[in-house]
Amino acid sequence: MNPGVMTFNVLCLAVPFSVAILLAALGENFNQRAGVFNLGCDGIMCMGAFVGFMLPYFLKAGPMAPYGNLLGLAGALGVGAALGLLFALVTVTFGASQGIAGIGLQMLGWGLSGTLFRHFVGGVTGVEGILAMPIPWLSRIPFLGGVFFNHNPMAYVAFLLVPASWFLLYKTPWGLKVRAVGTHPRAADTMGINVVRTRYQALMLGGAMAGLAGAYLSLAQAKMFSDDLVAGRGFIAVALVYFGRWSPLGILGGALLFSIAQSFQLSMQVWGIKFPYEFAVMLPYVLVIVVLALARKARQLGPTDLGKPYNREMRF
Amino acid sequence: MNKQRIIFGGAVILAVSLVAALVVALVLFSIGASPLETYKTILMGPLSDVFGVTEVLVRAVPLLLVGLGIAISFRSGILNIGAEGQIQMGVLASTAVALALPGLPKGILLPLVLLAGALGGALWGGIAGWLRARLQVNEILSTVMLNYIAVQVHTFFLRGPMLDPNELETGSGTPQSMRLPEAAIMDYIVPGTRLHTGLILALVAALLVYVLLWKTTLGYRMRAAGAGAKAARYAGIPVERYLVIAMLLAGGFAGLAGAVEVTGVHHRAIEGISSGYGFAGIVVALFGMLHPGGIIPSSIFFGILLIGADMTQRSAGVPANMVLVLQGVIILAIVSAQSFLRNSYAQARLFRWWSGFKPKKGAQP
Amino acid sequence: MTAMLEPISELKLEGITKRFPGVLACDGISLQVRRGEVLALVGENGAGKTTLMNIIMGLYRPDSGSLFVNGEEVHFRTPGDAYARGIGMVHQHFMLVPNMTVAENLALGLKQLHHFMWLDIKGAARRIREVSERYELPVNPDAYIWQLSVGEQQRVELVKTLCLGARLLILDEPTSALTPQETDDLIERLQRMASELAIIFISHKLNEVKALSDRVSILRHGAVVFNGHTVNHEPAELAALMTGHEVTLPRNEGTGRPGKPLLSVKNLCVRGDRGNLVLDGLNLELRAGEILGVAGVSGNGQRELADTLAGLRAVESGEILFEGQNLANCSPRAIIDAGMGYVPEDRQTEGIVPSFSVKDNFILKDFASQQFSKLSFLRRREIDRHADQLKAGFDIRCPSTSTATGALSGGNIQKVILAREIARGPKALVAVYPTRGIDMGAQEFIHSQLLDHRRKGVGIVLISEELEEVMNLSDRIAVIYKGKILKTLPAVEATRERLGILMAGLTDTDSPPEPAASALPSAGAVHE
Repeated sequence: MNPGVMTFNVLCLAVPFSVAILLAALGENFNQRAGVFNLGCDGIMCMGAFVGFMLPYFLKAGPMAPYGNLLGLAGALGVGAALGLLFALVTVTFGASQGIAGIGLQMLGWGLSGTLFRHFVGGVTGVEGILAMPIPWLSRIPFLGGVFFNHNPMAYVAFLLVPASWFLLYKTPWGLKVRAVGTHPRAADTMGINVVRTRYQALMLGGAMAGLAGAYLSLAQAKMFSDDLVAGRGFIAVALVYFGRWSPLGILGGALLFSIAQSFQLSMQVWGIKFPYEFAVMLPYVLVIVVLALARKARQLGPTDLGKPYNREMRF
Repeated sequence: MNKQRIIFGGAVILAVSLVAALVVALVLFSIGASPLETYKTILMGPLSDVFGVTEVLVRAVPLLLVGLGIAISFRSGILNIGAEGQIQMGVLASTAVALALPGLPKGILLPLVLLAGALGGALWGGIAGWLRARLQVNEILSTVMLNYIAVQVHTFFLRGPMLDPNELETGSGTPQSMRLPEAAIMDYIVPGTRLHTGLILALVAALLVYVLLWKTTLGYRMRAAGAGAKAARYAGIPVERYLVIAMLLAGGFAGLAGAVEVTGVHHRAIEGISSGYGFAGIVVALFGMLHPGGIIPSSIFFGILLIGADMTQRSAGVPANMVLVLQGVIILAIVSAQSFLRNSYAQARLFRWWSGFKPKKGAQP
Repeated sequence: MTAMLEPISELKLEGITKRFPGVLACDGISLQVRRGEVLALVGENGAGKTTLMNIIMGLYRPDSGSLFVNGEEVHFRTPGDAYARGIGMVHQHFMLVPNMTVAENLALGLKQLHHFMWLDIKGAARRIREVSERYELPVNPDAYIWQLSVGEQQRVELVKTLCLGARLLILDEPTSALTPQETDDLIERLQRMASELAIIFISHKLNEVKALSDRVSILRHGAVVFNGHTVNHEPAELAALMTGHEVTLPRNEGTGRPGKPLLSVKNLCVRGDRGNLVLDGLNLELRAGEILGVAGVSGNGQRELADTLAGLRAVESGEILFEGQNLANCSPRAIIDAGMGYVPEDRQTEGIVPSFSVKDNFILKDFASQQFSKLSFLRRREIDRHADQLKAGFDIRCPSTSTATGALSGGNIQKVILAREIARGPKALVAVYPTRGIDMGAQEFIHSQLLDHRRKGVGIVLISEELEEVMNLSDRIAVIYKGKILKTLPAVEATRERLGILMAGLTDTDSPPEPAASALPSAGAVHE
């Protein structure tokens, strides 16, 4: 096969793969920038995927059918924000250990989405979902058009969110507050910034974005829901934030690198290269570990108060 | 001091149980089940006959072993979320040894098989420990990833190299290993039930973990490394080494749990053999206050929950995933309650907030 | 910044009381300060000064009592409310976000720059330039905080507070991290600014209080015990009022004879956390039976020197010879076994395991010794006996040796650490800021313990920011600057001025000091 065509195929496949982890990681970046390490991201994605799927599924036959997808997305954003709020209550207000609490939230989201799915839907069914939308003119550009402008509308949204979240972090008052409470919350407090409120807001935004990422999986990518739809992508997103050194652009790079590896692995099977299936499936997870091992130096650049609860009255 | 700790622990458990019961009741209500009925089935159902009780204990054995390992790792300052994968590696290693040495007498083979399981799990846990100690890789993320990898490795072996030849012949192709030789299978304690001698093994292990953590210098070192890594370093304790040791031990206990499942319950390696024990073990350990004396009752309690959830799925149609929800809520509630009850500032704040609603008369002069 | 309200001309506190769990931090405190006046608030560590100021700033809510601005009662819920009435505070630990610029740090607090989806960072820079010109406090708005020296950060804090509209300045121990010259400079600036502002100056350095303030209030155990005009009282008198009794901290009388060389550090080079050389060819010589003081402005390599001596930081090049044995790059265990003791800088996290009991912390270095363990099992009875002995010998106040060590007061924690280190019978001891933030009683005890063991022939390296402490205890004083020892002086030749010049990086010969230019009376016997 022509190497050019092979590259083209790999890249075309990589872009849709990157959307869910990119959305979730951009959200997680807000959490971590504000000083909270949310490992429950995966569980939030499960719930986002379920709600995003369920609303259009139930509205399929009714008069609301045309708005099913939009309502699904709104529901996913809402449930994500609600779970972010719950996590904020546990980690910010009660000051619980964030690592373990994150695992709790992951189990909760995973278990709840499975329970509700089995009760309300039961078996495997599909939805029409959100269809791809090639951008007129741009999608016809040779090579680049196919790689970048021939995707699901949610993919465009996700990529636009990269500069948007950069702008939000570095050019707006809210971003300034988020960066301050994640690095030196006491300094922020003495300047009249409400640390608790800012962390709550960041966690809700991060949760909403994780919910959206889940809905992308069920509505745009798989067009169905199952227990293992998310398959640890939330954890991968958390790892990407480290890898991207807390910068939206770095996260985009990580997400693309990661999804290129994944689409390469799938393409290899298509090209008929003999490789045990199980090893191909585990490849992304191995990659995460490698990436984390390489990104270890990044720690000093990040929000230095990451993982520590803030208590105004606690003395030095 | 000790009395205070027990009161503290009791308060946490009580608060957590209440919150968890309420939240789950809400979920049950929303899917149209009666919370009270469901709770009754879950808690009473498994204990209604001898068989039920032995089944609870069969579930409690792996939970206890996994929970002990997790307690060691948490106490040593490393959060092991990877028991699920470590169990599967223990299953593979023990099955491989049992099938490779079928001729040995039971007195040699069974211990060897159990040891192999522990080593398999220890190796898998040790990877995460080493990554953390050497390369500062966050152990939560690495153990989660190792879980996903272990599932694939496990499946690969059961579908390929370790697949039962009979399955190939009959053509059903269920991914499972051959049945273990009799010499590698544990005895039953109560005839006619599945309760096996692994229970005794697990109880002895609990005692050993208690002695290890609180009576030996190794335990002292590991607890010091976990409770104050910086101070331990200044005192000449190589903290990184004990992180690795803690992960080896934690993985070892999870691997042992896998070996016990193979030799005691299933008598062969099958898919899905870990069945969530790895995650449930985290909850068991936290609910048992990371102390063997608490983990034993806590593992029995979660054994009841697991059996009870199966029963409600059959009788009331409540999906068994519900247990996962319950576990998640318990974790969230337990870490909240612990940090809240330890934080006198937060309590004072809550008290002020609460007394704000009352007339001023109640306030202290 | 708030055109609606008249500028603050008077702040009054009445009966402020604040309880923390287990502590009565402020007990019915009443104070008053007016424009054009400097009120010094002095007291020992833990007397409640900082808590009181945090109440004024709205960080803490008082349990009872009231605040009045210009005679009108106010209730501050956040520092923003306090700033709105013209009250601003410079905290002892600078409240600056290190990875943001000066302008961004100011913009955090200037709410009128916060527009929807847009932050007016240029406006913040403009405001900084205005204020820094007006008060002659040069500051670059685009610099990142982590790039600035401690003195510069102090200036940023002042400018930031003034930019936020503060007309009543609260300064919490503003000189604690400055060189004597920087301190003089700051005091001079404050004197100039005092005419149009009101200043509350918190300090325990009485010579500074004397130089700057008009009135002085003394806090002890959360209550005001004295109010008066500064001119009428001598520092010694204030010191006695502050501690409640005459305090004479023990001094090194210099009677010991220097013993044989014990520790010699040669050309030590060590990299810091950012990868730069923080110790750059450092040389040091310690003899048995002497106290070697290491003075310097914090951040000049003290921390890294201490870490390296404890074996926790890799040595790039150079030697650490301890009785002829090179300990560079040895494990902490090997260094401990060679006979080095260590009192670390951060006692809560480096000196003890806070959740461990007192007795378990006593054996932190010796749990594996024959005395405390047998066949790797801990000998609990022996551990208990040892703990009771140390508790009595070092006067450690705790309910029992099973109490969690983290629950003790700072002074008692420091005694636990010192007891552990001394009970091991070290040949040399490295003590880093051994009395920082602890009360006079414990301080006196720790100083006399150090001098006591000096007499018994232990060599002690004392790293401290408190010049008085170094000058009181040392036989010789080494001044550290940018990772090098600039000069080592015999303690008798060291004066505050001379050390100050060295701490600023100038060698003696560069420019002789002009004592007359100093705004402070020279340090007397009184300190703290």
